[in-house]
Amino acid sequence: MNKSVSQGAWWFVLPVVLLVAFNAIIPLMTVVNYSVQESFGENMFFWSGVRWFEQVLRSDRFLSALVRQVMFSGIVLVIEIPLGLMIALAMPRRGPWVSVCLVLMALPLLIPWNVVGAMWNIMALPDIGLLGKGLNALGLNYNYTRQPGAAWFTVVLMDVWHWTSLIVLLCYAGLVSIPDAYYQAAKIDSAPRWAVFRYIELPKLRYVLTIAILLRFMDSFMIYTEVVVLTGGGPGNATTFLSIDLVKTALGQFDLGPAAAMSLIYFLIILLLSWLFYTLMMRNQAR
Amino acid sequence: MATIALDNLRHSYMANPDGDADWALKKVTLDWADRGAYALLGPSGCGKTTLLNLVSGLLKPTEGRVLFDGQDVTSATPEERNIAQVFQFPVIYDTMTVYDNLAFPLRNRGVERGEIDWRVREVAKMLELDDLLKHRASGLTADGKQKISLGRGLVRSDVNVIMFDEPLTVIDPHLKWVLRSKLKELHQRIRRTMIYVTHDQTEALTFADSVVVMNDGEVVQTGTPIELFERPSHTFVGHFIGSPGMNVLPCEFTGDWPAFAGQPVVVANADAYRGNGGVLEIGVRPEFISFADAGIAVRIVKVFDAGRHRIVETEHGGHIIKMLVPEDDSIPGDSAFVKFDPEHTRLYRDGWLVT
Amino acid sequence: MSLELRNITKRVGAEVHLHQTNLVLPEGAFNTLLGPTLSGKTSLMHLMAGLERPTSGEIWFRGRNVTGVPVQKRNVSMVYQQFINYPNFSVYENIASPLRVLRLGQPEIERRVKRAAELLRLEAMLGRRPSELSGGQQQRTAIARALVKDSDIILLDEPLANLDYKLREELRDELPQFFAGRNCVVVYATTEPTEALLFGGNTATLHAGRVTQFGRTAEIYRHPADLVSARVFSDPPINTVAVEKRGAEIHIGDIRLPIGRTARGIPDGSYIVGIRPHHIAPTIENGKAAAVEGTVVIAELSGSESVVHFDFSDEIWVSQSPGVHPFEVGSIAKLFINMDHALFFGLDHRRVEGSE
Repeated sequence: MNKSVSQGAWWFVLPVVLLVAFNAIIPLMTVVNYSVQESFGENMFFWSGVRWFEQVLRSDRFLSALVRQVMFSGIVLVIEIPLGLMIALAMPRRGPWVSVCLVLMALPLLIPWNVVGAMWNIMALPDIGLLGKGLNALGLNYNYTRQPGAAWFTVVLMDVWHWTSLIVLLCYAGLVSIPDAYYQAAKIDSAPRWAVFRYIELPKLRYVLTIAILLRFMDSFMIYTEVVVLTGGGPGNATTFLSIDLVKTALGQFDLGPAAAMSLIYFLIILLLSWLFYTLMMRNQAR
Repeated sequence: MATIALDNLRHSYMANPDGDADWALKKVTLDWADRGAYALLGPSGCGKTTLLNLVSGLLKPTEGRVLFDGQDVTSATPEERNIAQVFQFPVIYDTMTVYDNLAFPLRNRGVERGEIDWRVREVAKMLELDDLLKHRASGLTADGKQKISLGRGLVRSDVNVIMFDEPLTVIDPHLKWVLRSKLKELHQRIRRTMIYVTHDQTEALTFADSVVVMNDGEVVQTGTPIELFERPSHTFVGHFIGSPGMNVLPCEFTGDWPAFAGQPVVVANADAYRGNGGVLEIGVRPEFISFADAGIAVRIVKVFDAGRHRIVETEHGGHIIKMLVPEDDSIPGDSAFVKFDPEHTRLYRDGWLVT
Repeated sequence: MSLELRNITKRVGAEVHLHQTNLVLPEGAFNTLLGPTLSGKTSLMHLMAGLERPTSGEIWFRGRNVTGVPVQKRNVSMVYQQFINYPNFSVYENIASPLRVLRLGQPEIERRVKRAAELLRLEAMLGRRPSELSGGQQQRTAIARALVKDSDIILLDEPLANLDYKLREELRDELPQFFAGRNCVVVYATTEPTEALLFGGNTATLHAGRVTQFGRTAEIYRHPADLVSARVFSDPPINTVAVEKRGAEIHIGDIRLPIGRTARGIPDGSYIVGIRPHHIAPTIENGKAAAVEGTVVIAELSGSESVVHFDFSDEIWVSQSPGVHPFEVGSIAKLFINMDHALFFGLDHRRVEGSE
């Protein structure tokens, strides 16, 4: 739209621009700087071009972290989206219980992420935790600090508990906005319940679901705090996802070069996948 | 096909209705014969949509009964009553093609495939959708989508009544005319009972054989468009129907004759008045007032050119009298005399026609 | 003193919303923009308001070039189809809001709000919120808010379209009075020809992003410049047919009809004749009526008028006449055309004037 623009607005944006420049662009440039140089301490830097990038992309460690990350995001999405949708469908849309349900659904989202990790850490402990002791009492041999399978199970369960509510709230908002007339027409057409879901509710939720998937994908791809507090990336490196691997390399080993290269690759992966989703979403809208 | 009867129907949206104002629909008793075209006409909030939803079964009445062909269907669902409804905005299944949309109600009822096919094609032809059958329904214009909504009602052979809830609301004005005429033609061709709810008198009067005029939750008058126009039984009907509506002028009785602002006026129902008081008014439509050499002296206030006729606003004794003058007729300058057609001038007492 | 649009075009991406347009709207007059949906009325209004910039061309107001001036700097008010009021303000505060932005003093605000409320018959509602008002009252509040600022340009974009039929009539009757005696440019957009006619003033007919004609309303109604303008300004749609004029008759296939006043002096040849539905009636009014026959397809009797759709020369023609004239569907109807009002259009679709 060719709107007439007031030039004075730029002055208001200036402080934010400066802040963003200071907090984001300069550090980003620093990272890029590190990624193409090699340092031997005491401010001695040598240009190494793409060497770090090659090293990272060839390193088994990075690639296995990437594979783990993709698997994690995939599993989490496959569980959370349908589950969230089902819960949203089951929630009442009118009456006194609406506010109660909404508050209950919002609660997990309000808890600070490290507290979430700590909660599950304790809860899943095989000797004193509610979940851990309970599972072991049922006869299952469960110890997330030792077994990679159990660790994965716990991490996924924690994420589902934490984030399904977001999907629920998004889908619920979408469902509530469907006018009654559609349901009435379906009644008149003698449509069975699954047809109502497939032909009315699902199409109307198309955009909401796209946003939900995009959000959850990005967030789960960058997951750090909860997993670190829960398993620390262990046992071994069973739950070491990309961000955790990155932090270990950068801060643990102080290998700034590879760490910086890893950051940039990570950044580019997310950028690429987000762009793909975005174009998909825009293509949907254009239809 | 079915006759529809409403027996002392009353409805309130509140849990414990108290006074009159709490009732969205006050006592309504109506009889509708089979195969007719009916309209519920009235301003916003008059209860017409409530009445429509009670007939279709989307709403259960607080009191009273709904009968189809003599059977009490008050507790039956819309499915069981076999009705079809076209809503204010097009309700279609976006992801399906036009064909699938039309076939949907039949498929849900287990009709066999060959029959579905010929029914869908027949209805599509009637509604001029036959070359769009393969298209996605979401790609059609608003009037196309409303036709699909209508089509879903027409494909079913067991439909008792098709209800229309202000269906032309979202249609482009230059297409409203086309769709309106199409509905009328459709009814004349297939003769199914149709009930049409609207606040637009042109839509109601051109479509329906019989119109129910409602106001404030009550039925004010039921009749053919001609009856409603020529003999409104309440000043509300006179005012609501007709563009501009009926002139309602205050009146006193001088001796035996009704008079307006001192001038005696001949009314068609003068004998019916028994002299028992009440607020007296004279109702006469602008179509039935003409210029004359003698009669009521008026001052011409304004002339509106409406193309096919002129609306002349005149004034006498502080009261506005509107009249319609054909396109080619002349209008006298500042002042003139007007006379009311005695056949179409009537006396009203407390708003109601004196009979 | 006027609002001038000089060589305006508006393009958004690949779409042309407005083709080259020139328009001069005088002050103190009621100007109507008449056209179907998506004909460019709203685009034109947005340009007049300063909400959008034209792709090319200039806008001049009272002798000043205001093309680049943003809407906040232009003294403009706008009323929309949806009843747009501040939901959390009372009616009084709603009407007062533009005055508060202008930083007027409290007594002045009080005076102006009261005057606007009186004009719009809202005095009793001043304390209420918009959600407590009826549709008509909400729209009156929006109109009062537009009036109270004493703007130079007041734009109304189909403001009555969301109102009940009868309410629309009532507000329509009152509307011109609100703007009487003001020295501003009033522009009113509508899709209904009847509204344009009833307002009088000036009308611009729009179609597909072009202004096809502009002039005094009654004038352009009776003398459309071309077929498109005639069609835009007709409801029900105008009946058209291709004819051959020979001497004092027009030939439509085998049918011969006498010509009327409008055709005198027009050279013989091929034309398109347009006849408005209300010029075809079941009874003869004057001697100039041409008789036609056709099978009745649809008959609509509404009490005040009778509308008949009949089969004529491979097309469906429509007749609209006052009163009750029953017709049987399927029967042959005999109708009379008042040829004195027939409009002649050349094959280029421009109207041909007779030498009346």
